[in-house]
Amino acid sequence: MYPFSYVAVKDAETAIAAAAAGGRFVAGGTTLIDLMREEVERPSRLVDINSLPFRTVRLDDDAVVIGALARMADVAEHPAIRRSQPLIAEALIEGASPQIRNMASIGGNLLQRVRCPYFRTLDAPCNKRVPGSGCSAIEGANAGHALFGTSAHCVATHPSDLAVALVALDASVTLRGPSATRHIAVENLYRLPGDTPHLEHNLERGELIVEVRVPHSPYARSARYLKVRDRASYEFAVVSVAAALDITDGVIGAARLAAGGVGTRPWRLRASEHALAGQRPGRAAWEAAGRLAIDGAQPLSGNHFKVELLRRAVARTLEMVAAGDGAGS
Amino acid sequence: MASAAVAGVVTDGAAEPPPAVAIQLMINGQLRRVNLDPRTSLLDALREHLDLTGTKKGCNQGACGACTVLVDGRRINSCLTLAVMHNGARITTIEGIADGDTLHPLQAAFIEHDAFQCGYCTPGQIMSGVACIAEGHTGSPDEIRAWMSGNICRCGAYPGIVAAVAQAAQAG
Repeated sequence: MYPFSYVAVKDAETAIAAAAAGGRFVAGGTTLIDLMREEVERPSRLVDINSLPFRTVRLDDDAVVIGALARMADVAEHPAIRRSQPLIAEALIEGASPQIRNMASIGGNLLQRVRCPYFRTLDAPCNKRVPGSGCSAIEGANAGHALFGTSAHCVATHPSDLAVALVALDASVTLRGPSATRHIAVENLYRLPGDTPHLEHNLERGELIVEVRVPHSPYARSARYLKVRDRASYEFAVVSVAAALDITDGVIGAARLAAGGVGTRPWRLRASEHALAGQRPGRAAWEAAGRLAIDGAQPLSGNHFKVELLRRAVARTLEMVAAGDGAGS
Repeated sequence: MASAAVAGVVTDGAAEPPPAVAIQLMINGQLRRVNLDPRTSLLDALREHLDLTGTKKGCNQGACGACTVLVDGRRINSCLTLAVMHNGARITTIEGIADGDTLHPLQAAFIEHDAFQCGYCTPGQIMSGVACIAEGHTGSPDEIRAWMSGNICRCGAYPGIVAAVAQAAQAG
């Protein structure tokens, strides 16, 4: 691990100033410390923000508001989350081991780095780690890589389960920076790799995620997260689907769908959503949504299987939601 | 991204070591003071600086759970965190759960159910199991398996581990 100086800060202004001067925030540390040990990350100054107050979950009139320093485990078990946003609880529980859920913050979860093995291997070319060095995955072992949002420079998937649920639910993040506070949609927090895959998000220098706002919606309590993976627990997604449905009087009023494990950022499935609206719930509607979800998929040499898996996972998740065997029920 | 520009070069990271940081930890009920390079993980602080080698280093990247300890009552992977981030914290390790010569009920249950073979993952399994029981996630073997999934046993002693956790939960 490269040397760094360490400072624990007590207030947001000091933290933001330290980051604006080049410091790196550390909260749970579960991604950053690991990558620092591998010498993939080499911050010269660590700014420990764990004493900042953004740890609570509260219910506002229009949204559930989750402090960015709240831990995954605490959010997953919070009564307001379990009652009003069971999709978030389910995605968090499926997202990491109990130990890591006790450590990892919500803000850090959203900003976790990719799990592409070449990103972690210092002697392999990787445009995310060393811009311009090339992408080893495009011609390499890419069974775990993306179908959507890829470029000739990077094909890594975004690894967060929580982010998939938040994108489906139209959540936003509140960002506090050196001069202003602003809100952006979680979906727009992430950049597509394009020709600058080392730039992963749209935070400005010094900006700190202080909270996540999840708007109340008629479908939030009728939602599921299905995570397909190589073992039953504690593993990253091969394919995952977050689905929420508002079914009133036997008709789908609104649908929200996003997928993980398939996109270079959490991948919203808008064509499937639009097709579901106004339909009667049932096998035909779920299958149609699945077919639309894979439209435009660009498989790599090793991940063709993900196309069919995504189609089936979308249909399966919608069926689970409609059957009402919800995580929060 | 200045650091990324040189990230393809493999080095030993050995530049000027950063100044040591003085911290104190309440470990197994005992106040311990130690000066540490800020790069020191909590796991290395316990094993290399505080002579508490019961906590094991397996993968050193948060995947195996051998390094599980309780910090302020919560189970965490001590390899994935820096010791300086826990100044003033209350740490419980495997050395701190027996009552003198009387084993913790989960330690006794591990022996009764033959819940280990080589024993290397066992301290982490037991610390994780203590927390799993305290969290109330022992309602069924499936629930225990899911909530113990952050601890890997390469000898495959899982049936014994699940039985031991279930028994200690019922006794507790």
